Amino acid sequence: MTTAPPALVRRLLLRRPPSFKQPRRSHSTAPSPSARLNLPIDYKTTPLLHHTPSTLSGATDLPQHATTKRLNLYQAINSALRTALSTSDKVLLFGEDVAFGGVFRCSMDLQTEFGSERVFNTPLTEQGIVGFAIGAAAEGMKPVAEIQFADYVFPAFDQIVNEAAKFRYREGGTEGNAGGLVIRMPCGAVGHGALYHSQSPESLFAHVPGVRVVMPRSPSQAKGLLLSAIFECKDPVIFMEPKVLYRASVEHVPNEYYTIPLSKAETIKPGKDLTVISYGQPLYLCSSAIAAIEKATGVSIELIDLRTIYPWDRQTVLESVRRTGRAVVVHESMINYGVGAEVAATIQDGAFLRLEAPVKRVAGWSVHTGLTFEQFILPDVARIYDAIKQTLEY
Amino acid sequence: MPPKLLGRGAVQIRWRKVATSPRRWGSSISQRPGSDSVRFPGAVNSKFTTQMSFVKPADIPAIPTYRVMDSDGVLVDTDRGPPDVTDAEVLTWYKNMLTVSIMDVIMFEAQRQGRLSFYMVSAGEEGVTVGSAAALSPDDVVFAQYREAGVFQQRGFTLQEFMSQLFSNKNDNGRGRNMPVHYGRKYPKMHTISSTLATQIPQAAGAAYALKLKALQNPNHPASVVACYFGEGAASEGDFHAALNMAATRSCPVIFVCRNNGYAISTPTLEQYRGDGIASRGIGYGIDTIRVDGNDIFAVYEAMQAARKLALEGGPGGGRPILIEAMSYRVSHHSTSDDSFAYRARVEVEDWKRRDNPIIRLRKWLERQGIWDEDRERETREDLRRTILKEFGAAEREKKPALREAFTDVYEEMTDETREQMQELKRILQTYPEEYDLRQYEGGADSL
Repeated sequence: MTTAPPALVRRLLLRRPPSFKQPRRSHSTAPSPSARLNLPIDYKTTPLLHHTPSTLSGATDLPQHATTKRLNLYQAINSALRTALSTSDKVLLFGEDVAFGGVFRCSMDLQTEFGSERVFNTPLTEQGIVGFAIGAAAEGMKPVAEIQFADYVFPAFDQIVNEAAKFRYREGGTEGNAGGLVIRMPCGAVGHGALYHSQSPESLFAHVPGVRVVMPRSPSQAKGLLLSAIFECKDPVIFMEPKVLYRASVEHVPNEYYTIPLSKAETIKPGKDLTVISYGQPLYLCSSAIAAIEKATGVSIELIDLRTIYPWDRQTVLESVRRTGRAVVVHESMINYGVGAEVAATIQDGAFLRLEAPVKRVAGWSVHTGLTFEQFILPDVARIYDAIKQTLEY
Repeated sequence: MPPKLLGRGAVQIRWRKVATSPRRWGSSISQRPGSDSVRFPGAVNSKFTTQMSFVKPADIPAIPTYRVMDSDGVLVDTDRGPPDVTDAEVLTWYKNMLTVSIMDVIMFEAQRQGRLSFYMVSAGEEGVTVGSAAALSPDDVVFAQYREAGVFQQRGFTLQEFMSQLFSNKNDNGRGRNMPVHYGRKYPKMHTISSTLATQIPQAAGAAYALKLKALQNPNHPASVVACYFGEGAASEGDFHAALNMAATRSCPVIFVCRNNGYAISTPTLEQYRGDGIASRGIGYGIDTIRVDGNDIFAVYEAMQAARKLALEGGPGGGRPILIEAMSYRVSHHSTSDDSFAYRARVEVEDWKRRDNPIIRLRKWLERQGIWDEDRERETREDLRRTILKEFGAAEREKKPALREAFTDVYEEMTDETREQMQELKRILQTYPEEYDLRQYEGGADSL
């Protein structure tokens, strides 16, 4: 078998598909000409990304003095997978269309490098993919299974909830477990994904004891968290990748192997008047809203990235809210029974006497993501700004 | 499966560019003029025909059922020799079938007396489970459904292990967490049974793939297969389809053993499927398939032995799934929560019990060989009954696992949240001691 030179293929594939080009198309969300809050996120200047190696070496949880390379999120995932596959023979990578590089390019060149026994396509069956992965994990492998979109994980819900999550518990003394399992899935809105290319089902998994649910916000975080999920965590991990960041978020990522601990939140920005808690892509919206309100009013807002949605870092959040006395929780998925409900309930239970305002939740409305309505359904900078303002003024 | 518009669209955008790689063209050479067979990538060996005829399942003869001995325990094909098994081995099988059968009667009755919460007997299917397990090596891995006590018995699961699990006591491998008959063992590995039907089938395919890779990566790794058991009702689940297709496309050394016993609780097979049983489906997935007489332990054993060999052919780790459909009849009720006379005639059940039954069939064979008789039968039955009752009594008196075990093993390490909840339970138990009877639990509230 011969293939085109990888460099050529890579160059061709790296070309952006039309939907990612500016200006945005009519089917995508277009900012109002007079908008001052709901502007497109400028990923080139956001303080959430390491635009130079210098900020990276100052970051906690990242290796100091590492050689780095500027990568976007899909390249960072690819780098983590390459590192994982070369670190251990036990790591397998499979799912629908992963062999040629994946529909989001996350597995590019990996089959060529590591062989078709370890990186391969499966038939189009989500329940089969996850069931197969559980079985491989039960015999000691470290399968990284890909579900092409989080919207299509539901056929595998039974395998995740009843099998992967309960495997160690029901095996008990036999010590059988599916701890080597990682299930990756692109999630979240992308501007024109409508009902079945936009979902973020993290709260459904967060209701299931036995699995860990992780969502990175950036390339460097994705690599460290994914390697941690594969090698350090002995529990099944649902690893959700905000697909809108695959190409949009670019930053310096350490070249070496490193891990970021699961179930640990990160305080992105310290503050003393209010705590904003979020995860994944909405953190960029939070960051913009915080910058706007701090500039307008002189308040100081703390921003926390949960990183792991379950089991989550309650201590970091409670410690922060006990200091600030006010909290706003932001996420993209629906507000009803969402992650915000759990965070808000935990705050009222653990910081009741310090609260000076009700905990506010900014999240998707309790509807489906209708194609042309996306910008009105999901949280945006204006809604976050307003929630912070109301909570401060309460 | 809904169309994945965004994903597929994204692929198409890049398709023309990716196609510069020659291997992507391998399966899609266009039709040559005058060709007599199909070059469509989806069915490469198909001849064209100008006769329009639908393939009718009814026109295809039913897949035959392999048997070695008839219902009187007589070798059917006298041109072949007797099964290649020692008398001692066959006697072990027989005793294992008897053990399961006697345990069934005792435990069913015990459940009726309220001494355990639930039970499922495997009457009529002891031949399928003991016979197939006898062909496995200790390094082979088993995924079972729940009516496979014979597999556990044949692979060395002890009566103490059976009873500890059934009574959820502190010696239970499952730490008292699972319903009765959800057995599991570390070695020979038999994964703990879960109630969810068919979920084990794709897992078995994945486990077999892992065993194959281990053999590929390490020449000293023993070549082993996965045996996966399920009923004909479970085969209607989507996981069955997913599993057989994945096992075939990934060339996994897994043996799928379907126990076709005629009923899924109250549903007869006529309402379960309209094809030629489960076996006919294997062929559709490109899987080597055989149907056997499940009441004939020699037929089951020989088929399983051959299947294991076939599954391991083709290089280190092997490379082929096999499907065995073992025909039998569920003599018993579905479970202790079921009265099967509500949906089938008592006379039908009695008929199977008396006239064709794997235990009686093998007993007839043994008697014809002159290695079994009425006295040995009576002695063995009494002896087994005594031993089972002894283990029954010991297991019933044993303490339940420590309450702490309710909280462990959810994750590898207990989370802070779980630790707090455990302490909260402890506080409740200490504050309201009269509300809870902890005497049965090892260590009482102090284990928390």
